[in-house]
Amino acid sequence: MAQAVKKPFRWHIAVFLAPAVLIYTAIMIIPLFSTLQLAMFSDVNNSQVFVGLKNFRTLFDDPRWSEQFWNALKNNTWFFIIHMLVQNPIGILLAALLSSPRLRLRVFYRTAIFIPTILSFVIAGFAWKLILSPLWGVAPNLLDLVGLKSLFQPWLGKEAYALTTLALISVWQFVGIPMMLIYAALLSIPDELLEAAECDGITGMSQFWKVKLPLILPAIGIISILTFVGNFNAFDLIYATQGALAGPDFSTDILGTFMFRTFFGFQLQLGDPNLGAAIATAMFGIILIGVSIYLFGIQRRLRRYQF
Amino acid sequence: MSTARHSPARSIAAHAVLATYTVIALFPVFVIVVNAFKSRKAIFRTPLEFPNAETFSLVGFETVLKQGDFLLYFQNSFVVTVVSLFMVLLFGAMAAFALAEYRFKGNSLMGLYLALGIMIPIRLGTVAILQMMAASGLVNTLTSLILVYTAQGLPLAIFILSEFMRQVSDDLKNAGRIDGLSEYRIFFRLVLPLVRPAMATVAVFTMIPIWNDLWFPLILAPAEATKTITLGAQVFIGQFVTNWNAVLAALSLAILPVLILYLIFSRQLIRGITSGAVK
Repeated sequence: MAQAVKKPFRWHIAVFLAPAVLIYTAIMIIPLFSTLQLAMFSDVNNSQVFVGLKNFRTLFDDPRWSEQFWNALKNNTWFFIIHMLVQNPIGILLAALLSSPRLRLRVFYRTAIFIPTILSFVIAGFAWKLILSPLWGVAPNLLDLVGLKSLFQPWLGKEAYALTTLALISVWQFVGIPMMLIYAALLSIPDELLEAAECDGITGMSQFWKVKLPLILPAIGIISILTFVGNFNAFDLIYATQGALAGPDFSTDILGTFMFRTFFGFQLQLGDPNLGAAIATAMFGIILIGVSIYLFGIQRRLRRYQF
Repeated sequence: MSTARHSPARSIAAHAVLATYTVIALFPVFVIVVNAFKSRKAIFRTPLEFPNAETFSLVGFETVLKQGDFLLYFQNSFVVTVVSLFMVLLFGAMAAFALAEYRFKGNSLMGLYLALGIMIPIRLGTVAILQMMAASGLVNTLTSLILVYTAQGLPLAIFILSEFMRQVSDDLKNAGRIDGLSEYRIFFRLVLPLVRPAMATVAVFTMIPIWNDLWFPLILAPAEATKTITLGAQVFIGQFVTNWNAVLAALSLAILPVLILYLIFSRQLIRGITSGAVK
């Protein structure tokens, strides 16, 4: 459209946008970038000095820090793998069952299974800590009922099991989200399509694998990336149950708790905001890589069907 | 309908799986709440039974109310959540309206900019946020939390609301314009009432993470006077680890309000999630 006369400036657009853009920019975007910037400075005699990538070298190479960093990254990756392997399949299974036609009590199941998701990490963490506690004995007694008492271990206290146990607690808490999103995706599959499949003799399990699953792949993709971002940003559950030291012996340390400890210091060690910022930058990089892989690698290849 | 899709065996199996998982989901909550109303002896002797006349005891709640300032923590959480929610909804809706309604230079760029925050968590900026709040004297105030949560909630709110605002009929808005309504009136009088259901959905999504957050209260407002209920419960439990009655009572007090709210709003929440959130 060729416009000879310039339109007057439309103030209302600015007024509508201003509050949100200002708060978002001031509290989110600017701090995010100044954190990235802080990561390249260091405190020398109480003044901030530009040191380039030195903090990252410390983080990745200096044995005092790198050991903890790689440990946290490894634990965080395991935390994520457990979520992908346990949370999402359970979520899909529950959603598939919930969406089966003429199911009674559907609303009840849906509401009940989502309850853990609305609780805070602190509550979920402590509830499970108490239940798994050998002192109280709820878990051993329950195992006794099915004759498996010998299997009981103080899971949260053993290095070998603690991280996996925490990941499973987190799965318990968040399974509601994949369940709901997949359930929504399954509901949006038109009946005609399923009826057509039935006419072709595809029913039951094979109908799920051959017809429904390909249709809900985009939803599974979204869930995976949400899980990824959530997991590499996690902190509360570990802090609430195991404390800032992420015991036993750092076996449950993930990037969030590592950043918190580094930033604020713990026990005798002083906090180091610059190194904390460097860890945040590393997390930023990891999340960015994950999101890019999803946006450019996975999401584009998923075929979307319009009904 | 064909019989293949619902045979009785299949339906029994479905119920068995769903019921089993429901038990798993509810069991921890059940154990905590039930035992909070028991005497210490009964907690250990019969943890899985309901309290009866003999084992009923409120000693845990008494300790909680005497020792912790839970009423204040509740009030703090409530203020932070409600004010942040109000700001997210108002500012989010305004920005969403601007993006959905007007064509202007940089519209889609602005949309993209505002959507960045959906994928990138605000926590990564914590170091600088704390420095900023310290510099402006906002550490240990509820204002700092409100600002952070508003910024955190805005991206998703704008994204969802602008999708809904695109569906509001143009004829209606144009009729308003012909009647001489200003753009502000069109927004507040015509559009906002029409997107109320979407606003409710956004409200629930925004509220839960704010109420449950531990990170920012711990870092920005750990003082006694500004503790939120989540942080308060965390600290209280840390101090009273060995007092089982008190710990269980504190947990129940933290669970109940969220649970009640959820049961009231669960239909709204579920309808929100299932209405095209994944398209």
